[in-house]
Amino acid sequence: MIFKKSKTLSIMIFMLVLMIIFVGCTKPQETVTPETPAEDISIEENTAPEITNKTLLLSTTTSTENSGLLDYILPIFTRETGIKVKVVAVGTGQALQMGKDGDADALLVHAKASEEEFVAEGHGLERFEVMYNDFVLLGPDEDPADVLANAPKDILAAFKLIHDKKLTFVSRGDDSGTHKMELTLWKELGLEPSGDWYVEAGQGMGAVIQMTDEMQGYTLTDRATYLSMQSDLDLTVVTEGDTQLFNQYGIIAVNPDKNDKINAPAAEVFIQWMLSDQGQQLIGEFGKAEFGQSLFIPNAK
Amino acid sequence: MSEIVEGFHKAIELLVSLDKEIYEIILLSIYVSLASTFISTILAVPLGVVIGAKSFPFKKLVVRLIYTMMSLPPVIVGLVVFLFISRRGPLGYLGIVFTPTAMIIAQVLLVTPIITGIVYNGTKEKGEEIKKLAKTLGANKVETLILMIKELRINIFTGIVSGYGRAISEVGAVMIVGGNIKGHTRVMTTAIAMLRNQGDYAMAIAIGIVLLFLSFIINSLLYHFQLGE
Repeated sequence: MIFKKSKTLSIMIFMLVLMIIFVGCTKPQETVTPETPAEDISIEENTAPEITNKTLLLSTTTSTENSGLLDYILPIFTRETGIKVKVVAVGTGQALQMGKDGDADALLVHAKASEEEFVAEGHGLERFEVMYNDFVLLGPDEDPADVLANAPKDILAAFKLIHDKKLTFVSRGDDSGTHKMELTLWKELGLEPSGDWYVEAGQGMGAVIQMTDEMQGYTLTDRATYLSMQSDLDLTVVTEGDTQLFNQYGIIAVNPDKNDKINAPAAEVFIQWMLSDQGQQLIGEFGKAEFGQSLFIPNAK
Repeated sequence: MSEIVEGFHKAIELLVSLDKEIYEIILLSIYVSLASTFISTILAVPLGVVIGAKSFPFKKLVVRLIYTMMSLPPVIVGLVVFLFISRRGPLGYLGIVFTPTAMIIAQVLLVTPIITGIVYNGTKEKGEEIKKLAKTLGANKVETLILMIKELRINIFTGIVSGYGRAISEVGAVMIVGGNIKGHTRVMTTAIAMLRNQGDYAMAIAIGIVLLFLSFIINSLLYHFQLGE
């Protein structure tokens, strides 16, 4: 009996440990770019024979994935180099964490200060500026704070109007690049937003825009996510074009010394391709057909 | 893996810190899941007993539908409830989107079929015997139902525990209808999802451990209550 009981107990403990491990190990969803036809790979293997591992794990922010940019450019990259790119789209915070843990080969993120710190601490090799997009302030069509009339190009004045009138403002509240940008703006104003009007959602950009629409409030968003959802919204751009709203993306190869699974050669090829004339041209082209404007403006040096 | 160990440390830290924000999250989690389990129990127990004990047309279909609804994806329930209560939805005038009330409604829809299905199963197995017993005791319809519920208490208890387990652990529905708003609709599961997104794995696991710990306490209380009967 005692043996039986302790067996049951140890099974239960084992199950509990398994459960905890499962909770801890749930990985973000991975998307794989469409497979390249085999003949393309064989052609390319001649030009880049040093790369044996043809899979690159790219950790990036939801904005590049959700906007469709990566779906647009990555199949072309794969066709030309034979390297398949697995994209893990998460918040900037987690993307950097994945780099620190050595769980990704390259990062494409937008939080300059954190990225520079990441490289300075030796987690990444070098940071290259690759493109930028911009943030816009969205508000209800009726615009109760009169931002469009008083501050169409001045984001600080717009924030002040919303703050003073205590109108609903939905914040990402999730430590993402967009959230960090928003906090910088409040800080510059010397204001600490709090109260019922300031809603901290802790969710992704798409969900936050939906919430803002639902609550008829204001929110700061990247232009690409807004444009992709525009048609279903009773929201409009009330402030745009302020230089403070430009959002620089950096690309970083993760330091291969972290573990032997990091595919440094493929990361190098990918970064060079993104910075090349062709990569830059593709980035600039994306979105023009559908939205009549570039969603990301290439600016590699 | 080190995050898991760190998670245990942080879980203890969280509990002893008496941090207001954490306790608000914990209390809201308990409130929402207990409220939805309670409402579901009131709806589901008579429903399960009646479906199990009575015969009526399309009974097989009804039973199959209930079994199907036991595995409703929370995200879908959340989305459907959201579409009903959103500004453009038919119940938009209530203004309950992104409130704890909306979260309870979504969870009642998830939990009610679970309790109904389990109670139905018990009634199907033991219902005939209990009915005979009621007859020999000369009980009327209401008394028969009360006797049924008394005799089926183990099944009902299992249903409540399973339903509560679903409610406290699901994230999809409460995220959509509640919105994970800090200090307002943020519960443990939505906080875990958010922390994971932010790369704060240790804190996410810490809250997960607190959640398991609370489930253990509440289940122990329920179990104790059941034995005491």
